[in-house]
Amino acid sequence: MLTRRIIPCLDVADGRIVKGVRFQGLRDAGDPLERALDYQRQGADELVVLDVSATVAERAHQTAVIRRLRAELNIPLTAGGGVRSAADAQRLLEAGADKVAINTAAVLQPALLTELSARFGAQCTVIAIDARRHQDSWEVVINAGRDSASRDALQWIGEAEQRGAGEVLLTSWDRDGTLSGYDLELLRAASSRWSLPIIASGGAKTADHLVEAFEAGADAVLAASIFHDRDTTVSALKAQLFARGIEVRR
Amino acid sequence: MSTTIDIVLTNNANIASVRAAIARLGYQTRDADRRTVEDATHLILPGVGTLASARDALDEQGLLAPLAQRLAEPQAPTLAICVGMQLLSEGSEESPGVAGFGLLSGIARAFPPNVRRPQFGWNRIAASDNWLASGYVYFANSFALVDDPGPGWQTAWATHGVRFLAATRRGRMTACQFHPELSGAFGQKLIADWIKGDA
Repeated sequence: MLTRRIIPCLDVADGRIVKGVRFQGLRDAGDPLERALDYQRQGADELVVLDVSATVAERAHQTAVIRRLRAELNIPLTAGGGVRSAADAQRLLEAGADKVAINTAAVLQPALLTELSARFGAQCTVIAIDARRHQDSWEVVINAGRDSASRDALQWIGEAEQRGAGEVLLTSWDRDGTLSGYDLELLRAASSRWSLPIIASGGAKTADHLVEAFEAGADAVLAASIFHDRDTTVSALKAQLFARGIEVRR
Repeated sequence: MSTTIDIVLTNNANIASVRAAIARLGYQTRDADRRTVEDATHLILPGVGTLASARDALDEQGLLAPLAQRLAEPQAPTLAICVGMQLLSEGSEESPGVAGFGLLSGIARAFPPNVRRPQFGWNRIAASDNWLASGYVYFANSFALVDDPGPGWQTAWATHGVRFLAATRRGRMTACQFHPELSGAFGQKLIADWIKGDA
């Protein structure tokens, strides 16, 4: 049986891990390779590395970070952040990423998603969506949450699936960095409507939060600060999930 | 003498992870070409996308005939991964009318609609007779072989809505539907054993 995944996320700027609340107020949280190896030892099922650099000059470090991680890691690696073209994706894949997450650029230019999937395969193509609650639905926000895309998040998942995305990294903009739990209604709505695997993101603090997300239909959960701050470990969370009857790799 | 592992470049198959896994084991890698496919000591056949696109990529490089020659020899160490494994079968539902090399019986079938597609993540494979221990391995696939591969093949199976062939071996030829290069210590051991001739 396919197990549920725990995915630590490394937000990287200028070659260092950073973490902020609601995409703002970044602070240093360590060396990517050191942390990545630690998470692999703890039993992380894969890792996501998102480049949150503000400038193109800083962004050049992303490929070097991916190359360093790839040499050492024997679990899957997803790279994202600032992917604007097929050439950007190719650069990350050649550096050693197994999947590339694309966010704002796919919203602005949906054909790019089709192109990535056709060139590199659905198994390489992750659609990253930042969803912000708006009355009874969720709207897509882009440019690190600064702008509304005037698009319904659930419909956008459906279009992304049609265009060949293989997986959805679904971040609740409202919950990100708040440690108040995943947006379960969003997960329920997305997982019941579409067949693509869903990685829940934004708001994790406790094992209960992870259990709730899996029960709401998430296939994987992503978390950052709880691991970076050493509040818990992947292995401790997996032991608790296993005790709660959730199938995990141990 | 250091062993060199040849890797076939199938379309845009992401082989950086395969190269890294081999490097971690202390071996060199080289891109395979028409000349080396047949007589390389060790050959890896990765694959992503569809069976048709992977076959086209082999065709464009003139690799179909030399590869068929090599595959006819079960003692030539060959490791096929993901769509590379499906290429060893008779074909795939995903690419109607396109033939594989036909070493493994049956064609790759889509997973049933009641499970997530693609299958992304770690699934448990059952222990195989005198070969693989049971363990978790990493899959990224929407199609898989479901038939017994035929006489002489050892098999390891997993389940995702349907029981499917996770890995199979005959002589020095090993084929995995999962990605050993991304399957942690379990996958690393499988690759090391394949290189040394133990798997």
